[in-house]
Amino acid sequence: MIHRIFPAAVVTLLTCGVYACGAGTSQPAEEDGEAAAALITVDGSSTVFPIAEAVAEEYGKAHPGVRTPTVGISGTGGGFQKFCRGETDISNASRPIRPAEIEACQKAGVEYIEVPIAYDGLAIVVNPKNTWASTITVDELKTLWSPDAQGKIMRWNQVRSAWPNREIRLFGAGVDSGTYDYFTEATVGKEGASRGDFTSSEDDNVIVQGVASDELALGFLPLAYVEANKEKLKIVPVDDGKGDNGAGPITPSSQTVRDGTYQPLSRPLFVYVSRKAADRPEIQQFVEMFLSRTDLTKEVGYIELTPQIYDLARKHFADRKTGTAFGEGGSQVGMTLEALLTKER
Amino acid sequence: MTLRRFEFVIEWALFLCALLSIGTTAGIIIVLAIETFAFLREVPIVDFLFGVEWTPLFATPRFGVLPLVAGTVLVSAIAMLVALPMGLLSAIYLSEYAPLTVRRVIKPVLEILAGVPTVVYGYFALLFVTPLLQRVIPGLAGFNALGPGIVMGIMILPLVSSLSEDAMQGVPRGLREGAYALGATRMQTSLSVVLPAAFSGITAAFILAASRAIGETMIVAIAAGQQPRLTANPLVPVETMTAYIVQVSLGDTPQGTLEYRTIFAVGMLLFLGTFGLNLVSAWLRERYREVYA
Repeated sequence: MIHRIFPAAVVTLLTCGVYACGAGTSQPAEEDGEAAAALITVDGSSTVFPIAEAVAEEYGKAHPGVRTPTVGISGTGGGFQKFCRGETDISNASRPIRPAEIEACQKAGVEYIEVPIAYDGLAIVVNPKNTWASTITVDELKTLWSPDAQGKIMRWNQVRSAWPNREIRLFGAGVDSGTYDYFTEATVGKEGASRGDFTSSEDDNVIVQGVASDELALGFLPLAYVEANKEKLKIVPVDDGKGDNGAGPITPSSQTVRDGTYQPLSRPLFVYVSRKAADRPEIQQFVEMFLSRTDLTKEVGYIELTPQIYDLARKHFADRKTGTAFGEGGSQVGMTLEALLTKER
Repeated sequence: MTLRRFEFVIEWALFLCALLSIGTTAGIIIVLAIETFAFLREVPIVDFLFGVEWTPLFATPRFGVLPLVAGTVLVSAIAMLVALPMGLLSAIYLSEYAPLTVRRVIKPVLEILAGVPTVVYGYFALLFVTPLLQRVIPGLAGFNALGPGIVMGIMILPLVSSLSEDAMQGVPRGLREGAYALGATRMQTSLSVVLPAAFSGITAAFILAASRAIGETMIVAIAAGQQPRLTANPLVPVETMTAYIVQVSLGDTPQGTLEYRTIFAVGMLLFLGTFGLNLVSAWLRERYREVYA
């Protein structure tokens, strides 16, 4: 996914170099009063960045004369730090806000509205000629990808004894990508921890090409990417070993990601909007674009939410319903996003 | 008087032009050296040169460059296995057998191979040669050392054949005539007289071609894979030194970090390798040149 982010990231970095970065993006809003009120400042997750960037561009095009919103990449955690200090209007997040962050926002008196905007899903893929790998469990993925596996787990039958005694060749996202962070967290259990002896590329096309041309390959890819290369790759259903989200191996698809049965390699993405900023008309238009321009969401490789969820999100935003639907923070296994959003809080 | 001043200006302008290229070379070496030095302050040179694991970007970084060196040597060796026999044979044909008219056509055509952009060769290896090889060799990975190695061999073929042919052409006519006078066939003359006489030039051509193969970037970055692996197996994905530099340059590794400096350290090693080979080549040409006066 990173290759779509990359050019924009370079621009951001360059701009950072020239304008001393960071807080600089929010300062004009306070100093120039009326005139700069139109500038919307957005920061946070690199995973959400491609959507936010696309929406910001479209917003800029649709409102000539208004400054295009600035979108930073501080990561979900870094984004919340700035957001809870009141430096940004909108914070992008690839997970729900955490208790410590909720507390920080409370202390600073920053209220927020939680707006789900899309799903992110990862698929495990093998070569279409691979006849043996028809399912895989999360434990097997952990065995295969954990740092201890390096140089040791080298053959298919070491992962599952019924699989052939042939070499396994691994492909995955580059270490700098959100996809890699997310995959390692969901399988190995620790973000950024994995074996190092696999073909790691920031360019998803390299992974598609590698798996599509190698009978012994296994790789992970953003789901939207897999769907665009359906005939070249074989998707392996993943079994998380838990019954409450649907038992047995689940095939990733827009459907199973949306209803929450495909776990743990899928997650909702959010933008958190400052309650204070939500009264500004340009912020309202901007947030509405996140909810209505789902074509952009799909274009940059994510899965759109159901219309019901978009309606709920719209309603919550209109009602200025603050706080998080995720209670004590963290993910809520076994509950769909829709159920969570309709739940009383 | 004005003419002399004009001459003076010309001389200095020419000198500055020469200085520019020297300055550029010096600048490159200095940047490489500074960054490599900073890298080696954090990573012991023994770990770098003799370590067998290369995972500098991961949570548990290892800085052993040998897997990258192995990838480079493997691909280059395959390229040389292709380019040496074919290049030498075509040189012998062009120099000793081909009629003048044929040579006038074939030589430029061969040299066109050297003018094909390497990115084209890269996709040629990835999308044509490798799938073709996969029909013959089951279990050949989509990214491998064999396909790009063969294609790289084709790319450096004109270098070998052209330089070798020049060396053979340099052998005086009298030697050949002497051989024919003794009753030698054309084949005997080529292999026993011309080839040994042109030996130093041919060796120099081989070494130049090897150094070109080692430094080649695009073909391996596209078709050989991105997995540092200490292996001599040409059928699996490997990563060469050049491909690693490309990989890091394309990602968003922050400047000034140890991870970023790895590319300068690898670049320095690469530079020393090709520079050494070029020196050997030049030395061979001087030292073993048969002088016919």
